[in-house]
Amino acid sequence: MATFKEFRNKIKPNWCPGCGDFSVQAAIQRAAANTGLEPDDLAVVSGIGCSGRISGYINANGLHGIHGRSLPIAQGLKMANRELTVIAAGGDGDGLAIGTGHTVHAIRRNMNITYIIMDNQIYGLTKGQTSPRSAFGFKTKSTPEGSKEGALPPLELALSSGATFVAQSFSSNLKEMTNIIEEGIKHDGFSFINVFSPCVTFNKINTYDWFKENIVSVEDIENYDSSDRIMAMSKLMENDGMLTGVIYQDKTRTSYENHVAGFKEEALNKQDLDLSEEEFDQLVAEFR
Amino acid sequence: MISQLSWKIGGQQGEGLESTDRIFSTALNRLGYYLYGYRHFSSRIKGGHTNNKIRISKKPIRSISDDLDILVAFDQETIDLNAYELCDEGVIVADAKFSPKVPEGIKARLFAVPFTGIAEELGTSLMKNMVATGASAALLDLPIDVIKEVIKEEFGRKGATIVDKNIEAVSKGAEFIQEQTGGPLPELQIEPADGQRRLFMIGNDAIGLGALVAGCRFMPAYPITPASEVMEYLIKRLPKYNGTVIQTEDEIAAITMAIGANYGGVRSLTASAGPGLSLMMEGIGLAGMTETPVVIVDTQRGGPSTGLPTKQEQSDLNAVIYGTHGEIPKIVISPSSIEECFYDTVEAFNLAEIYQCPVIIVTDLQLSLGKQTAENLEFEKVEIDRGKIVSDIEPREDGKLFKRFEITEDGISPRAIPGTKNGIYHVTGVEHDEEGRPSEAADNRQKMMDKRLRKLENIQVTNPIKADAPHENPDLLIIGMGSTGGTIDEARTRLEKDGISTNHATVRLMHPFPTNELKPYIEKAKKVVVVENNATGQLASLIKLNVGYAEKIENHLKYDGNPFLPSDIHETCKELK
Repeated sequence: MATFKEFRNKIKPNWCPGCGDFSVQAAIQRAAANTGLEPDDLAVVSGIGCSGRISGYINANGLHGIHGRSLPIAQGLKMANRELTVIAAGGDGDGLAIGTGHTVHAIRRNMNITYIIMDNQIYGLTKGQTSPRSAFGFKTKSTPEGSKEGALPPLELALSSGATFVAQSFSSNLKEMTNIIEEGIKHDGFSFINVFSPCVTFNKINTYDWFKENIVSVEDIENYDSSDRIMAMSKLMENDGMLTGVIYQDKTRTSYENHVAGFKEEALNKQDLDLSEEEFDQLVAEFR
Repeated sequence: MISQLSWKIGGQQGEGLESTDRIFSTALNRLGYYLYGYRHFSSRIKGGHTNNKIRISKKPIRSISDDLDILVAFDQETIDLNAYELCDEGVIVADAKFSPKVPEGIKARLFAVPFTGIAEELGTSLMKNMVATGASAALLDLPIDVIKEVIKEEFGRKGATIVDKNIEAVSKGAEFIQEQTGGPLPELQIEPADGQRRLFMIGNDAIGLGALVAGCRFMPAYPITPASEVMEYLIKRLPKYNGTVIQTEDEIAAITMAIGANYGGVRSLTASAGPGLSLMMEGIGLAGMTETPVVIVDTQRGGPSTGLPTKQEQSDLNAVIYGTHGEIPKIVISPSSIEECFYDTVEAFNLAEIYQCPVIIVTDLQLSLGKQTAENLEFEKVEIDRGKIVSDIEPREDGKLFKRFEITEDGISPRAIPGTKNGIYHVTGVEHDEEGRPSEAADNRQKMMDKRLRKLENIQVTNPIKADAPHENPDLLIIGMGSTGGTIDEARTRLEKDGISTNHATVRLMHPFPTNELKPYIEKAKKVVVVENNATGQLASLIKLNVGYAEKIENHLKYDGNPFLPSDIHETCKELK
C-alpha cells in the first residue's frame, strides 16, 4: 500500500513561502494514502490560478485545465472511469467566480468526486485583485476604494444547491484537513470542501492569525448534528460561515453514477466498443 | 406520368403537421420513392406559421424543388404565404372550415375538404391531420393499405380503437377528395416506385448512429437548434451499450466534460450550433494544447448571435477554423450527404485519436434536419482505430513521468489512459515538456509547437474533395459544401441544356485545407463559382487564400435563411459564365 510519500513528486511548487496551499497539497497526499489508494488510482484535476498548479505537485494522474472548468473535466473523467478516485481543486476565483455555474451543477449532479476550494479571498496569480470571497470594503488593485460587492458564502451556496457533503477547514490544521479530505473521498457523492488557505503576499487582512481568531469548529458546538441540514444552515449563518469540520453529510443519497440507466460498476473505458453486425443492422433498420 | 413532385403541408406550429408529414412520408418511403424534406419552422413551440415540404421522386434526389405541386393548408395564412410556389397545374387542398380562398393570379385549383368537420364527426378535431393524410394519398393515388400499415405502427400502442379511428379518418379524407376530383388527376400521377425500403433519416440521426457505431459511449451536450437530435438519438440508445448522455449546464461544460472523458479513454463527442460553438472555443484550444482527442459537431444555423436559429446558413466556417486563440492542430470535416454524416462521424473519432486533436464536424441546418432518403450504410466500412494508445509501460526511474508528449518524427506521441500502470504523466494547457510539466523555455516551446503542428502535415482523410468532373476544361467549376450539392447538380443539368459545361467539386475537408486536391479542378476551369449560404463568401476566401486564382473565382451567396433553389444557382451561373 502506498504511503503519503509515494504521492509526492520532485517538483518544487512555485507558491510563495508560507502559502496555505502547501498544506492542502500535503493533506491530499496523506488522505490518499490513508484511504489505501495507489498513485495510479488517483486523478487530480485543477483549474487556473496559484492553487491550480496543485495537480502538478502530486504524484498521480494530473490535469491542469482551463480557468473555472476543473469540475466538468473531472466529471467527464469520472464518467469515463468511475474506478478512479477523482479530486478536483482550484481557488475561490476558479470555483466561485468564473466557474460558479459548474460548481452549483456539479453539486446537484452529485458524482462521486471530491472538490477542494483553496479559498484565499483574493486573486494571487494575477497579483492582487478582488475575489468573490473578498469582504465588502476590501481594498485591492481592482477595488482601490474598497469592494462594493458582498462576499459569496460558499458553504451556504453548497447547502442550498443540494450538496450531500459540505465541509470546511483551515490550512494550519493539517490533521483536520486530512481527515475531512479522507471523509470526502469515502463519501459516495460530491464532496464540497472549502479550505481557508491564506495568501501571505497579497491578502494582509485574512491572515493566519485572523482565521485563528475567527473560526469555530463544529466539534465545539454542543449537540451539533452534521446530518441535520437546517442546523447546518443556521449554524453557518450564526457564525458568518466561519465553521470548520464536516458541516453537513447526507449518507442516504448515493452518487450520480449509481442512478444512470445502463451504467455498470466496471469503468466505461474498459468496455468493448465493437458492435456486432447484427446489432448494427438493427440500428440501421430503425430508419427504414 | 411524372417522375417527381413536391408536396407541402402548412399551418400553425403545434397543429399536428409533423405527424401528417411523418405518416405520409413513411408510406412513400415504403413504396420505394426517394424523398427529400425541408422544414420551415420558427423558434417557438405553438403558433406561428410552419410548413414541411417533401419532394417525392422515382429517382434519387438531393434538393428541394423550385416549385410546388400540392399544398395542404390548415389555414388561409398557409395559402397566402405559399401559393406563389405552386405550379399552374398545382392543387391546394385546404380545410373547408376556414372557407379557403385562392389568391389573385394563382392558377392552382382549390379543393376544400372538411378536415376538421370529418375529424369532429369521428370524435375529435385532433384527427384533422389524418383526414389531410388520406386526401394527400388519394391525390397521388397511393395504395391506402400502406398508409394503414404505417398508422398501425404509429398508433398501435395507443390501442385498437385509436388505430381504427385514425384509419377511418384517412379513408374519409381519401373518399372525399376522390369525389371532388372525380378520380386521380393525371398531372399528379407519379410513376410507381420500386417498393424497396430505403433509409429515411436526418443528418443528425446519421451522426448519432455514426458516433454509436464508432464506439462513442458518452455525450455531454446542451440543447440547441439544430443540434439536439444528436443527443436525443444517443440518450435513447447509449444505455444499451453502457454509455450515457449528460445534459450539461452550458456548452463550456459540454466541451470540457467531453475532454475529460476522452482523457479518461472513452470516446466522447458534443454537438452544438453557432452560439454554443462560440462558448466552446477555449475548451477546443485546451484539447489542441493537451493533445486530447475530442469530436465536436457544429450544425450551422443563421448567425450571428442568436441570428436565425431555425434557418439555413453556412457561416461558421471561419469560426470553426480560426475560432480558438493561439495555434493548434485541428481537423474540420464537412459531410455533404446523410451517408457522409454517418461515415464522417466514424472517421472523425478515428482522426481524433490518431492525430490526438480536436475534430470538428461541420454540417448545416438543412443537412442536419432535412429528412431524406439515404443509401444503405455498410457495416464493413466501419473500422475503429484508436491510434497510439499504449497499455504496457516500462517503469521509469524515480521522479520521471511517462512521456505522454514525447517528441516523435510524425509529432504523434504514445498515449496512456489514466489508470494504466506506470502511465502517470501531467496534462496542462500551459506550454509543457515531454512529461507534461509546465515549461517556458524557448527551445522547448518551439519544439513542442512544431511537434503539435507537425501531426497534421501528412493527414490522411477519405476524399477531402469530392468531384464530379466530366469535362476537361469546363466553362464553370461550381464549388460547394454541406447540403448544397444536390441543388448544384440540378442546376448543372439545366446549365448543360443551355450549352454551359460544368464540373462540380465539394470541399469535405475544410482544415487543413486540401489545396493540392482542389487545385487541378480550379486550374482547368474557365471560371469558378463558389456557392455558399453566407454573406461574405467564407469558402471562396478560403480557396483564394490556399489555392489562389482569385481572378477567376466568383461568389454565389444566399443568406436570407433559406436553402438554395436549383433556379437560384442556374440563373446566377448563367449570368456569371
